[in-house]
Amino acid sequence: MKKDLISITDYSKEDYLRILKLAADFEENPNQRLLEGKVVASLFFEPSTRTRLSFETAINRLGGRIVGFSDAGSSSVSKGETLHDTIRMVSNYVDLIVMRHPLEGSARYAAEVADVPVINAGDGANQHPTQTLLDMYSILKTQGRLDNINIFMIGDLKYGRTVHSLLMAMTEFKNPIFNFIAPEELSMPEEYKMFLADKGIRYFEHTEINDNINHADIIYMTRVQKERFMDPIEYEKVKNVYILKNDMLKGTKPNMRILHPLPRINEIHPDVDKNEKAYYFTQARNGVFTRQAIIAHILNLK
Amino acid sequence: MSDSLKKKLKLKVSAINDGTVIDHIPSENLFKVISILGLERVKSQITFGFNFESEKMGSKAIIKVSDVFFEDDEINKISLIARNAKLNIIRDYEVVEKRIVEVPDKVIGIVKCFNPKCITNNEEITTYFNVISKNPLDLKCKYCEKITHEHQMVIK
Ligand SMILES: [Zn+2]
Repeated sequence: MKKDLISITDYSKEDYLRILKLAADFEENPNQRLLEGKVVASLFFEPSTRTRLSFETAINRLGGRIVGFSDAGSSSVSKGETLHDTIRMVSNYVDLIVMRHPLEGSARYAAEVADVPVINAGDGANQHPTQTLLDMYSILKTQGRLDNINIFMIGDLKYGRTVHSLLMAMTEFKNPIFNFIAPEELSMPEEYKMFLADKGIRYFEHTEINDNINHADIIYMTRVQKERFMDPIEYEKVKNVYILKNDMLKGTKPNMRILHPLPRINEIHPDVDKNEKAYYFTQARNGVFTRQAIIAHILNLK
Repeated sequence: MSDSLKKKLKLKVSAINDGTVIDHIPSENLFKVISILGLERVKSQITFGFNFESEKMGSKAIIKVSDVFFEDDEINKISLIARNAKLNIIRDYEVVEKRIVEVPDKVIGIVKCFNPKCITNNEEITTYFNVISKNPLDLKCKYCEKITHEHQMVIK
């Protein structure tokens, strides 16, 4: 049976660890021509330059060739072709499909239609599992472990798919502690809190950033987006509460690192960038190694 | 009461010689059940009644359809809105089989995903849900992974 990567929870802890190990190996030695002679489709039905460049760099470093498109406007999709037909056609041509699509569930559907493996590079607000794996790789690299991690998630915890997936993945490891800092209208959904409570995992909720972050091993920042608020006045009230500034980091642990899926708007003040605890640009670099590892895992190249 | 009298009374209640009696339908969902089963297109005799008193459910409805025997997947559909419905299969005035309608663990087709951004609402795809709670009903879409709650349920 072919392997796909659609949703982070489709994978087991063993899969995570195998991929993270491979990622470390690719970081050590990024140019390994394991995809020589193979063709990968990079299908971006909506533009996402950052994710696309990361994938295409990973494929190039593995010696593979790429076909595809970077937004739906330049493809047959704009002529009204169904996703089903596009995937059936492309699946005949290539060895692997990397796909981003604005509709939720499109990746799982594509995986059912395609004869070749599918990697979900984001399906609307639903899943973005390669982001989660690179987040885990960044945690492992900076902390030396994935057990006993105290994670502070800050910002939009209601709609932020990256925090939901990271939460689910980290519960596979021993003794995590979660701290959620968000305005009430963007707080962590009940279903995730119930999931943690059922598993006996500790979590704490806060509405402001203060010296509570001194306990953090990882601070995971997300954007608070204006369009998420029904009432613009509510947004004005909270928009400056969830900005991380350098002077807030004084009492934080020496091993603490700040992650952010990028792009950021104003939620991390630029004065944080020169702090050694700012890790978000290195995190993005880790994405290439992690995606090399995911491709190698899925196609059994290593 | 003699056995023959009982039998006569029963005949009066079922009042069909071959067919299906669907009992314990919540009164408020009677017309939905009729529409889901496509009974308005059935040519044979149908009688139905609602607002019958029921100890268990307060008020119930009953449908009696002559000469029609339902397939399992048709009955699956009504389980979503008539949780405790019971089927009596009648042949020659006798109840030859009783069936309980149960919510299945998976719901394939039948229900629309409530999420307008779900691929199943944008392309010709059979919906597929895992039932994560039967009472109240919570259906998790295999595709978009969102949960359609009972009050959001729309039958396709
Ligand atoms: Zn759906």
